[in-house]
Amino acid sequence: MSDEERRRGLDGPAPDERPTPTGRRNEQGIRIDPAVEATHEPRRTVISTLVEHEPGVLSDVSGLFSRRQFNIESLTVGPTTDEERARITLVVEEPDPGIDQIKKQLRKLVPVISVRELESDAMRRELALVKIDADEPAQVSAVADMYDGKTVDSCPETATIEITGSRQKIDAAIETFEQFGIREIDRTGTTALARGTQSTAAPASTTESTATEASQPQNQYAPADDD
Amino acid sequence: MSERATSVTPPEEQHDDQDQNQNQDAQQPQHDAETDEFGAPSAETRAEPVTTGAESVVRALENAGVEYAFGVQGGAIMPIYDALYDSEIHHVTMAHEQGAAHAADAYGIVSGEPGVCLATSGPGATNLVTGIADADMDSDPLLALTGQVPTELVGNDAFQETDTTGVTTPVTKDNTFAADPDGVGTDVSEAFALAREGRPGPTLVDLPKDVTTADTDAEPDTPATPDTYEFTEEADPEIVAAAAEQIKDANRPVMLLGGGVIKGEASETCREFAIEHEIPVITTMPAIGAFPEDHELAMEMAGMHGTGYANMAITHCDTMVAVGTRFDDRLTGGIETFAPDAEIVHVDIDPAEISKNIHADYPLVGDADTVVSQLSHAVERSPQATKWRAQCQQWKSDYSMAYDVPSEQSTDEPSTSSKIPEDEPVRPEFVVEALDEATSDRAVVTTGVGQHQMWACQYWTFTEPRTWVSSHGLGAMGYGLPAAIGARLAADDDQEVVCIDGDGSFLMTLQGLSVAVRENLDITVAVLNNEYIGMVRQWQDAFFEGRHSASEYGWTPEFDTIAEAFGATGFRIDDYDEVADTIAAALSEDGPSVIDVHIDPQANVYPMVPSGGDNGQFALAEDQL
Ligand SMILES: Cc1ncc(C[n+]2csc(CCOP(=O)(O)OP(=O)(O)O)c2C)c(N)n1
Ligand SMILES: [Mg+2]
Repeated sequence: MSDEERRRGLDGPAPDERPTPTGRRNEQGIRIDPAVEATHEPRRTVISTLVEHEPGVLSDVSGLFSRRQFNIESLTVGPTTDEERARITLVVEEPDPGIDQIKKQLRKLVPVISVRELESDAMRRELALVKIDADEPAQVSAVADMYDGKTVDSCPETATIEITGSRQKIDAAIETFEQFGIREIDRTGTTALARGTQSTAAPASTTESTATEASQPQNQYAPADDD
Repeated sequence: MSERATSVTPPEEQHDDQDQNQNQDAQQPQHDAETDEFGAPSAETRAEPVTTGAESVVRALENAGVEYAFGVQGGAIMPIYDALYDSEIHHVTMAHEQGAAHAADAYGIVSGEPGVCLATSGPGATNLVTGIADADMDSDPLLALTGQVPTELVGNDAFQETDTTGVTTPVTKDNTFAADPDGVGTDVSEAFALAREGRPGPTLVDLPKDVTTADTDAEPDTPATPDTYEFTEEADPEIVAAAAEQIKDANRPVMLLGGGVIKGEASETCREFAIEHEIPVITTMPAIGAFPEDHELAMEMAGMHGTGYANMAITHCDTMVAVGTRFDDRLTGGIETFAPDAEIVHVDIDPAEISKNIHADYPLVGDADTVVSQLSHAVERSPQATKWRAQCQQWKSDYSMAYDVPSEQSTDEPSTSSKIPEDEPVRPEFVVEALDEATSDRAVVTTGVGQHQMWACQYWTFTEPRTWVSSHGLGAMGYGLPAAIGARLAADDDQEVVCIDGDGSFLMTLQGLSVAVRENLDITVAVLNNEYIGMVRQWQDAFFEGRHSASEYGWTPEFDTIAEAFGATGFRIDDYDEVADTIAAALSEDGPSVIDVHIDPQANVYPMVPSGGDNGQFALAEDQL
């Protein structure tokens, strides 16, 4: 027998002699059914997590995002009233199935206590420090006032303005300050809390279940948030 | 630990039990049975109080019922080894830490309890990483303990310092840097519990030398998972009911069993369910053995090198009951064409697996055994699938795995090999079948990675869970021999342990033979020697115009002679007529033996679905790729 003959495979109908189904799935593994063929566009959302305040937890969370190629826009971390717990607030941009995956993967991390996606009406704030050329102090302060900014430092050459607010507001302020010449800026990520009596992200047992689910995953049986 | 008291519960633990039982809201399984399960010693048999962090670590292992540990000594782990010196735990000194991790991993697969491996800091820890990553991909229960430089030197690039928790974070279920001598024993108890509870996986505790040498009288807590770790046992009854309706109304149902079926001890329940409702069963590679492959309903493994019939059934089904599978890409092929007509009922203990790769129409989060039992109660009548079953049987004959044996040799009569022309090289499939024939149903098979691994899963007829031990998700060459060492110590004496290895894979970890000889372990290694990085050569022939870049050895050492040099028994097979007798002789050896089987170097693995391809379009030969 020649090498070619010996490399022969198995018997049976060839691929083009076999029946094939006509159905298909999309990239997210969802069957494409004309009735629900909605494609999932990425959307931006805030995910709040309560974690054990211990070394390594921040790298667990950030490592998860890089390893699984989740799109993250910002991450902030800070202490809570309980010194053993910290809150990590994440702004992510993913299609619905990706957002679900993020929440589930976060919950799997052992030091993560609870995870919740915030409603679109949640309070969100960022802070920016903008150091600008102070050649026209009066105009600078007029623009700062317009954005409820506070001058935190000034010298003959520069003024540093602090602005807090929504991301859009800060973007707009920075754009306006550009006319004076921006020397440097530093921005925080988003901090966020749920409105009213709702808990932002708290262990299941202590949270009131008044909040309604913000995202509408395509699945009627989708698992709920921790609240 | 020689004595495992299961009947006597110390008074303080009884008290705990009552407290826990009152907490009825907890989703997590109660740990009140743990004194039994983990074999914690009773007050009477409890050994001397601990005096150091290291003793507390070893006590934690003893309390967890650990009988074996696999590892290699070194500076930073010496205090632990010193404490082990007085322990009943049998430590197997390995030749390489990778082998220690694989041995512990295989021990975990076969026994269902976490295997334990130990290594020193720096190179010891980094050598473990392949084995830890393997356990992570396959959700095998594994506990790794690594030495670390003293805390005050951490961060200074001290001798043999590696950021072990940093390196292993992406490949562990959880890891901990032990910071406190009073807590180090409990860190280990907790890591042990985490490795086995819920979806199993590898955990690691990094043990700085100052912490393990420090004085402490703190006894470790009983193994329990931390409060922040939760999992669900029972699935939502509403979804169970809806899924049951879907199953009842199915016309083309299949069950797809994944590795979680074996981990969750759900093989029996799944078998009963499939047989009662006459649903054809497909397995993923890690689930091999979950369903008897000689059963009429068995379609065997699907995916890249799955059977043609499994791939036809998975492609054409209208309802898939998938249990404990993560829908790996080697199983699904291209997502677009994966079971495109199927409503998917997905049972998994890890919510993150639901709709990760394949959308679940009926997500059932919970323990495999519990949820399949729930389904079994909820399904009122069997699906009407007579035609479908007939179709599946038809595919089984259309795409039979029968291979050509030269001349009139028939595969079921290996003893008539005298008819074989002498110049025909031995087919690997024939060797696998002959090994299967010569061993019992409960024989354990371990493998390396490559063509031989695929022939092992295709041509060995598995009927029992925990008898197939392989590197599935990571695909780590070198897994086979150390895995056989771990499997041997976990298996019963009447279970043979056979390692079906490749020449390339064997070359990666064959120093483990020194361990097998020293420990006098009865294992049989069959090296399917094609003098090739065979799987790569097959792909080069199919996809790289036959350009054999770095895949031809052209020369390999004589593995039988190497075995002899290690003190094992060596055998060699070149011809068909030597197969049966040589295998019988090797199996009858009491210690380790190695058969260097010179197989047909041109043999290829089929069927094959190329990466990202359509499962239904599997190739039966190279010209169909
Ligand atoms: C550690 C490691 N390195 C490289 C590979 C890539 N690889 C996959 S199969 C294979 C060939 C294995 O050769 P051998 O063990 O002789 O098995 P055969 O395919 O010849 O049966 C290689 C190199 C791998 N899977 N693992
Ligand atoms: Mg080879």
